[in-house]
Amino acid sequence: MASKVLQKPKSFYDIYERNPGTDKKMPHYCPGCGHGNVHKFIAEALDDFEITDKTILISPVGCSVFAYYYFDTGNIQAAHGRAPAVATGIKRAYPESIVISYQGDGDLAAIGTAEILHAANRGENLTVFFINNAIYGMTGGQMAPTTLVGQRTTTTPTGRNSRNEGFPIKVAELISQLHAPVYVERVALFDNKHRARARMAVRKALKNQVENLGFSLVEILSACPSGWKMDPVDSLHWIRDVMLPQFPLGVYKDVTKEVEPYPIDHFNPTAKETKELLEINTEKGDKKLTRVTPRPGFENPEIKVAGFGGQGVLLLGAALAQAGLLEDYHVSWLPSYGPEMRGGTANCHVNIRDIEIGSPMVSNPTVLIALNRPSLEKFEEDVVKDGLIIYDTSLIDIDVKRKDVKILAIPATEIADKLGNTRTANMVTLAAYAAYTGLFSKEVLYETLKSAIKRKRLQEINRKAIDEGYEFGLKNH
Amino acid sequence: MSKLLIKGNDALIRGAVLAGCRFYFGYPITPASEIAESAAKFMPRVGGTFLQAESEVAAINMVYGAAGGGVRVMTASSSPGISLKQEGVSYAAGAELPCLIVDIMRGGPGLGNIAPEQSDYNQVVKGGGHGNYKCPVLAPNSGQEMADMTGLAFDLAEKYRTPVYILADGFTGQMMEPVEFGDPLGALPRKDWAIYGDKESKHNLISSIFLNAEDLEEHNIKLQKKYATIEDNEVRVEEFMIDDAEYVLIGYGIISRILKTVVEKLRDDGLKFGLLRPKTLFPFPKKIIDNLSTRVKKFLVVEMSNGQMVEDVRLVVLGRSPVEFYGRMGGVVPSTNEIYEYTKSIIE
Ligand SMILES: Cc1ncc(C[n+]2csc(CCOP(=O)(O)OP(=O)(O)O)c2C)c(N)n1
Ligand code: SF4
Repeated sequence: MASKVLQKPKSFYDIYERNPGTDKKMPHYCPGCGHGNVHKFIAEALDDFEITDKTILISPVGCSVFAYYYFDTGNIQAAHGRAPAVATGIKRAYPESIVISYQGDGDLAAIGTAEILHAANRGENLTVFFINNAIYGMTGGQMAPTTLVGQRTTTTPTGRNSRNEGFPIKVAELISQLHAPVYVERVALFDNKHRARARMAVRKALKNQVENLGFSLVEILSACPSGWKMDPVDSLHWIRDVMLPQFPLGVYKDVTKEVEPYPIDHFNPTAKETKELLEINTEKGDKKLTRVTPRPGFENPEIKVAGFGGQGVLLLGAALAQAGLLEDYHVSWLPSYGPEMRGGTANCHVNIRDIEIGSPMVSNPTVLIALNRPSLEKFEEDVVKDGLIIYDTSLIDIDVKRKDVKILAIPATEIADKLGNTRTANMVTLAAYAAYTGLFSKEVLYETLKSAIKRKRLQEINRKAIDEGYEFGLKNH
Repeated sequence: MSKLLIKGNDALIRGAVLAGCRFYFGYPITPASEIAESAAKFMPRVGGTFLQAESEVAAINMVYGAAGGGVRVMTASSSPGISLKQEGVSYAAGAELPCLIVDIMRGGPGLGNIAPEQSDYNQVVKGGGHGNYKCPVLAPNSGQEMADMTGLAFDLAEKYRTPVYILADGFTGQMMEPVEFGDPLGALPRKDWAIYGDKESKHNLISSIFLNAEDLEEHNIKLQKKYATIEDNEVRVEEFMIDDAEYVLIGYGIISRILKTVVEKLRDDGLKFGLLRPKTLFPFPKKIIDNLSTRVKKFLVVEMSNGQMVEDVRLVVLGRSPVEFYGRMGGVVPSTNEIYEYTKSIIE
């Protein structure tokens, strides 16, 4: 029995080959350091639950950065404070694996505060071991977020001053306030009784993950004789006499009996299913539409559509591009975006071209479609000579000043109102443009509606809008 | 196969899924948010994971974790978010983890604005985080390339075990163009270095620590060799009317589209202009520019920045021909005419 107790757990490597130092048998921790104890509890639990092979240990930055020297598990070394995020990534990839985030107090409660809080809050099915030694061990004894008020460290040489550095962070209390975690306990390593309790907590936290119950965290008050500049025995007393009153032990949360295990489902769609799920299986919608020849002067339009946000400006532009695509043109659509967008105005740039499109930006449109007065005023001057300006006379009470352009003035909003839906003014205008220039057939516009107007009940009214606009365009060219 | 009219940001996610990516970790930011939104829509549908992380820092570290498992994983952000990710990218480069990082650049410095800029060239192409590393950087200029380059990015990432960037701008992300998609990639082969949470893979270690100076130097030398191989094999460019060009315009991303129109116009004027568009920014097309500089009268580099890529061009040209620079900043996108006029002014 005694020999069994002394045996090294199988979850540890026999020889620590990864340690570049000369001694590959001894751990790198200082005498009296708590990390070794916790490592052993973890290894024993992995042995007992027979989960060593599927365990992935995330080692932090801190004295336990080299935990991967010891554990015969999968090992990932993480950036300072990020272990819970790294753990989240690999656990999401392999939900059946057992993922441990092992962290010190600087790592977890200072630089990594956001990561631990949110991993806990998401209820990641992880096990976190949090070594609270009230100091930064690795970097030589600076203040930790858990350093006690009055405690001297190399960066609090006269003792932690709560007015300057605040108070120790109570991680177990904090995490237990969140809804998702299933088990949070604080334990301490200073005598056999408490070590036994810590061992049980480590086991339970791992068991929870084996059973897919969710997020568990064990905070372990642990000695750092080197950082505290004490001998190992005094360090144990210090935990008991000084740390304990500040960090009360106990189970802060345990809802493991009440929660349902996490479901793990694997869904691997076939190639065909994948394409359908991505909505890229368009073969069935493939409709060959013959291209109509536009009237001379209206080929390869570079269009700017502008108006108030809410007038369907972007949709009008997108419908133009879609119609162009249906006729097998090269097309591009670029929305106003960035500083241009302020003040509730919207515009977009549309190119419809026989050959490949260079710049998608339309600075000097050959066609300006202005749906409100500011747009007409703003962009009128940019239109090229002999270009086309289309504007909604129901909303724009000024005339086009330019004499060197073609003009199609259309009471689009009035027409739309008569149809019973103001918002179809954009489609009225689109159709008028198509008819006036001969760029698109009505059939193409109908087809365009199918993808441009998602809501079925709006299809019919927009078809009517296209009929009206088309007729207007034909009459007025 | 017919084409879909969709935004570049949306094309990118569907392309990534087809390329076998099933994991997306990100934090919203304009103008990259549609990527996250598309991922939120499509990843769970195909049995993948979308997770909105608490920050870009967390997101890149989730990517690091999943990448350690050998799966295809990505994140996307825009300039300020990329600044935050740099620590994580450095770790991934050090640990040689393949993953995809997308940067839809916006105006800076600081909060800047959400308009398109190209001022992340230095922080993305030159490494960006601490340490001697670089990541391959792909620069799409169309919706189609936003979709296609995801596949290339993952292939390069795995071939060389490195993070790979797609560096685009707000315009390329927001623009809708017809995009054609291919077939999804089948199951990925097992990687001998990754950790799968099983017995066969448990002896693998994902880490960037090399405690001894000599060991770390050796690791760095290995990385540099890898980057040299990438420079030898992976340069990609688009050349337009360059064979007989006396003047060569150089630009990437959306600027290259504008430059193409400018070249068309200049050719109409009978001027011998051509366009060189780096599709890979690392590796940079050094040899191509080197060859051109022996015969070209002048280069004109156009960027939406204070002139970041132009430094790389000048390092290759070494004064053999003049290298002019035209840049706009703050999110101002130069118009075709503006560049056309400027270009004419520098040949007189
Ligand atoms: C980004 C970053 N900042 C700072 C450090 C330096 N650093 C290494 S370990 C550490 C603190 C470790 O303390 P703790 O987490 O309490 O672990 P311990 O060493 O006490 O076990 C610090 C600040 C780092 N490695 N990375
Ligand atoms: S410095 Fe402290 S935490 Fe680090 S090994 Fe030594 S005793 Fe342990």
